Amino acid sequence: MTDQPSNFKRFVEVGRVVLLTSGPQAGHIAVIAEIIDHNRAIVDGPTTGVPRQSFPYRHLTLTPFVLTKLPRAAGSGIIRKHLEKEGTIEKWNKSAWAQKREAVEKRRKLNDFERFCVVLAKKQRRDTVRKAVKKASA
Amino acid sequence: MARSKEIAPGVGRLSRSQVFARRGLYKGPKNTEKPAASEAAATKEVTVGGEKNGGKRLVPVAKAPRFYPAEDVRQPKKSRKAPKPTKLRPSITPGSVLILLAGRFRGKRVVFLKQLESGLLLVTGPYKVNGVPLRRVNQAYVIATSTQLDLGDHKVDEKINDAYFAKSSKKGSRSAEEEFFADGKPKEKEAFPESKVADQKAVDAAVVAAVKKTENINKYLKSSWGLSKGQFPHQLAF
Repeated sequence: MTDQPSNFKRFVEVGRVVLLTSGPQAGHIAVIAEIIDHNRAIVDGPTTGVPRQSFPYRHLTLTPFVLTKLPRAAGSGIIRKHLEKEGTIEKWNKSAWAQKREAVEKRRKLNDFERFCVVLAKKQRRDTVRKAVKKASA
Repeated sequence: MARSKEIAPGVGRLSRSQVFARRGLYKGPKNTEKPAASEAAATKEVTVGGEKNGGKRLVPVAKAPRFYPAEDVRQPKKSRKAPKPTKLRPSITPGSVLILLAGRFRGKRVVFLKQLESGLLLVTGPYKVNGVPLRRVNQAYVIATSTQLDLGDHKVDEKINDAYFAKSSKKGSRSAEEEFFADGKPKEKEAFPESKVADQKAVDAAVVAAVKKTENINKYLKSSWGLSKGQFPHQLAF
């Protein structure tokens, strides 16, 4: 057996940027600072409002971003420095994933009248598309 | 049924048709009017013997009781509790758009005008926009939305109060049923009073002006509210 490159792309590793899916900081991203065991890791998000804490893997999702040169068990200050140097937060905010989350969040917060306005806008779009298709196919 | 005494639980002595025959409903509507009770006289005149007794005397028909109850009847204590005025939900202010949840106009979006003495909310469609007239609704059967119309310092006429909405207490002399059988058709409906039409217009004027100020509000009030698949009212923001 030769060493084959793994098919997996995202690993639980020190420096991995993760999305928290439950708890008070659900929806925020953080960085794995240290792996405790096969259930939990220490996560920290000094620039995203996530205090340093132990967090179970089943309540977080791995993102494609990694802090490449983060040493093991780095403190909050070091993590902040690495995050800022690599511009990870900006990269995350620009990713399709984060933007889709933001859009969903925005839709969810609309009030009744704004929801109604969305319906109108959708109708308008449908009408324009239908007319354009009709014109093009004729 | 009283006529069909039970011989076993749930089993009457008489059959359905027997009961029907005895009830006599086939004879037509019952005469519910009682004959006018003639006033019974409280006293009567009796002739009395003896020359110094005047010959005739007025005597009460019913004798007064010989004894009075020895013990006093307890008077029930008067309650000093008074109902508190209904608190208006803080999310409801004049000009806010409400969604009606019950009654004939359920699902309609209406504009709140003011709270009446009884605690009910005075709302209007406006009538011109969605056909909802001036109406009183209980705030429990309403969703308050955060959408707000700018009514300015518009004041609703004082005459539009709870009494304004009261039904006239005079009843028709005959029931609708009797009328139908007597004349072969029900009496025609009375026309809606002109004065109320004018009141509706006067109140709606300011509301309609406010509706015109914002785009899409007219359509919004016209449309009715509902939940589609996967929507839950407690998860929505209004």
